[in-house]
Amino acid sequence: MNQILKKRVLTPVTKEIVVSAPHIARKAQPGQFVILRVSEQGERIPLTIADYNREEGTITLVYQEVGFTTKLLGKLEPNDTIMDLAGPLGLPAELPEKGCVVAVGGGVGVAPLLPKCKELHKRGVNLISIVGARSSDLIILEQEVKECSDELCICTDDGSRGFHGFVSDKLKQMLENGLKPDEVVAIGPMPMMKATCNVTREYGIKTWVSMNPIMVDGTGMCGACRVTVAGETKFACVDGPMFDGHLVDWDEAWRRANTYREQEKCANERCRCGGEH
Amino acid sequence: MAARKSRIEMPVQDPTARASNFEQVALGYTEKMALEEASRCLGCKKPLCVQGCPVSVNIPGFIKLIKEQKYQDAINVVKSTNNLPAVCGRVCPQEAQCESKCVLGRRGQPVAIGRLERFVADWELEHGTPEVPEVEPNGKKVAVVGAGPSGLTCAGDLAKLGYDVTIFESLHEPGGVLIYGIPEFRLPKDVVRKEVNYVRNLGVKIETSFIIGRTTTIDELFDDGFHAVFIGSGAGLPMFMHIPGENLNGVYSANEYLTRINLMKAYLFPEHDTPIVSGKKVAVVGAGNVAMDSVRCALRLGADKAMIVYRRGREEMPARAEEIHHAEEEGVEFHLLTNPVRILGDEKGWVKGMECIKMELGEPDKSGRRRPVPIPGSEFVLDVDTVIMSLGTSPNPILVQTTDGLGAHKWGGLKTHEETGRTTKPGVWAGGDAVTGSATVILAMGAGKAAAQDIHEYLESGSTDW
Ligand SMILES: Cc1cc2nc3c(=O)[nH]c(=O)nc-3n(C[C@H](O)[C@H](O)[C@H](O)COP(=O)(O)OP(=O)(O)OC[C@H]3O[C@@H](n4cnc5c(N)ncnc54)[C@H](O)[C@@H]3O)c2cc1C
Ligand SMILES: Cc1cc2nc3c(=O)[nH]c(=O)nc-3n(C[C@H](O)[C@H](O)[C@H](O)COP(=O)(O)OP(=O)(O)OC[C@H]3O[C@@H](n4cnc5c(N)ncnc54)[C@H](O)[C@@H]3O)c2cc1C
Ligand code: SF4
Ligand code: SF4
Ligand code: FES
Repeated sequence: MNQILKKRVLTPVTKEIVVSAPHIARKAQPGQFVILRVSEQGERIPLTIADYNREEGTITLVYQEVGFTTKLLGKLEPNDTIMDLAGPLGLPAELPEKGCVVAVGGGVGVAPLLPKCKELHKRGVNLISIVGARSSDLIILEQEVKECSDELCICTDDGSRGFHGFVSDKLKQMLENGLKPDEVVAIGPMPMMKATCNVTREYGIKTWVSMNPIMVDGTGMCGACRVTVAGETKFACVDGPMFDGHLVDWDEAWRRANTYREQEKCANERCRCGGEH
Repeated sequence: MAARKSRIEMPVQDPTARASNFEQVALGYTEKMALEEASRCLGCKKPLCVQGCPVSVNIPGFIKLIKEQKYQDAINVVKSTNNLPAVCGRVCPQEAQCESKCVLGRRGQPVAIGRLERFVADWELEHGTPEVPEVEPNGKKVAVVGAGPSGLTCAGDLAKLGYDVTIFESLHEPGGVLIYGIPEFRLPKDVVRKEVNYVRNLGVKIETSFIIGRTTTIDELFDDGFHAVFIGSGAGLPMFMHIPGENLNGVYSANEYLTRINLMKAYLFPEHDTPIVSGKKVAVVGAGNVAMDSVRCALRLGADKAMIVYRRGREEMPARAEEIHHAEEEGVEFHLLTNPVRILGDEKGWVKGMECIKMELGEPDKSGRRRPVPIPGSEFVLDVDTVIMSLGTSPNPILVQTTDGLGAHKWGGLKTHEETGRTTKPGVWAGGDAVTGSATVILAMGAGKAAAQDIHEYLESGSTDW
């Protein structure tokens, strides 16, 4: 169990692994995540289940190497095992059965977006996907998203490919041109999700976002993951991670995500100089 | 020879030294001390002390064997009713249980039963070979939810009866509160691991990182061939005050704070990867055992000021007397009859103070304790940079939400038959904090034991009456 079966390098800092986890694969649904630990001294970190295969008993994780733990994970190769892997956690995404949905993904957020796209496609929803990254070499999972979308737009911040600008700008343009989706699902870095919500708010389009606060247990035990939604405190690991983006207190969420910035820098330094456990 | 009136004191680490390390505070008896303390016990024919112990440890029996220096035999006697003696010897509220009933307590100090229990348990961990009884497997499978004291006890007892037992634990390490909550300086994690290994040696399998209600459900456990399920999932859901500023950076639930420190070893950051904010001026809201553990951890992480803020008075503090005493010795400040109103933040969203109001005690409430009422106009700001909310916990709703027919009270506790631990769902038993709300290690163990007995009787009888 927890053995890495396949590994794919999607961009220099984004990797995809397929892990043997029959118990998790058996129950996983779009929107859910796992919590894992890579070493005896390791931190517990959450990653979205980007895909699952119940027959083969596998789940797919896609992660960006942003800090110490994700870098350690990046060093694991096929046949290595992930020390601890718990899930599936969180509530499954509430997805519409019909109509038109725009799926907006930024950076590594495309990975957690993919299972929702697949499910929407399966249900026969008209799916328009907008996928963006800083530059063309950082676009991930393009083919996979394309296969389940009726329409796909690529955006890059630097204009190296597709639409020159943010995914939220592209969405705005589409809405201005008369597109009337029933819902929007936006997943990516917090500023991107916030910007997307600002665009859809004007049009009154329901917008789902996937919050990624700091977590410890992932089962409702610690409250580290609290986010304010519609003025109420919610635990993202059990009440989410998907929330109505128009009701999220983004400034608070951003601030809380940066609680350990100093310590993360310190841990990261250690990783760079090859300090390993 | 008349027994001496006072008990042998247990050596402790010097308060100033220990306030900055995570080493054990209470050091335990030496053999000489243990023999001297054991000699005080009268070996009563009708021992009252045993009535005070929720798992009825044969107290005069094991103390007699200490006197005879037969330590292995002594621990075997304890273990015949208590699977986790090294833990209980350290954290049982003995003063309210076994020791409160000891006859010697009438004229002097009771026998230090807990310390003696700890002595023999530690002796075995160091020198002995834990005795693992040979049992004939009976071919029946039981699943246990949660590897805290209630689950470990229930599992251990069932294994001794020949059952094939698997514990499913959601965290990556078994032990429950003993691992993630109670700090190293009160209960070394090595001790917990050894006690858990004893349960493993009895043949119990432990699946970690396995959340019942998520990874699989109770109903599916029956489909997978389990004949009975015991729920010992504890009361892990933290409460907050719902006052302004509670989501500022630097506000923790005690659960998060203690889990980072104990389970994740954040006090060893960066050798261990999990970080923690080690504030300089830390206020812990609440005054139970959990609050004392949190405030003493804050000191050890380097706080200049570690404070308890509690809305009632000294008499009403729910923590054990010994813990309050240790906290005071280490320099913890107590702000009693004081209640937080809101938490103030700086421009970057970090805690910079906590507005509190003074309280006075009014009429007794339902719990019989006098109800604290705010004194109008007495607001003041306490200078703090970290706040830890330790207001109590309730059972996690995941199991009730995902199990058909599992009944719970409004506040979250599972509904059970008091003596047997049977829930409203046939084939499912529960015990410990999941049923009572936060209580004690030994009560959780007692509930695990009682349920194991009833599970055995039920499965043996082959009856389907519930
Ligand atoms: C429900 C959920 C799903 C997620 N899914 C994915 C995914 O599919 N792919 C992906 O690349 N990332 C995902 N993330 C984010 C991922 O968990 C963090 O990137 C990871 O924890 C960073 O750890 P680190 O040690 O490498 O970096 P650090 O240097 O420790 O931190 C870098 C950043 O990660 C955040 N972070 C650190 N520790 C945690 C933690 N324990 N929990 C949450 N965030 C943390 C910090 O706020 C910081 O912004 C998800 C987060 C959540 C909450
Ligand atoms: C900080 C602190 C200090 C304390 N100090 C003392 C003391 O000095 N003396 C004393 O007697 N008592 C003390 N207590 C109380 C005592 O620890 C508890 O009463 C006791 O641990 C309860 O045991 P339990 O087995 O019912 O639950 P727990 O110890 O809470 O164990 C429950 C276990 O179940 C797991 N679990 C929960 N849900 C699931 C699920 N769905 N699937 C799988 N696993 C699950 C949890 O992860 C946990 O490991 C303290 C408690 C705390 C928090
Ligand atoms: S288990 Fe606890 S209550 Fe019972 S004898 Fe031991 S210390 Fe006393
Ligand atoms: S009551 Fe006290 S003296 Fe009597 S057997 Fe128990 S511990 Fe010994
Ligand atoms: S991560 Fe601990 S409560 Fe959500």
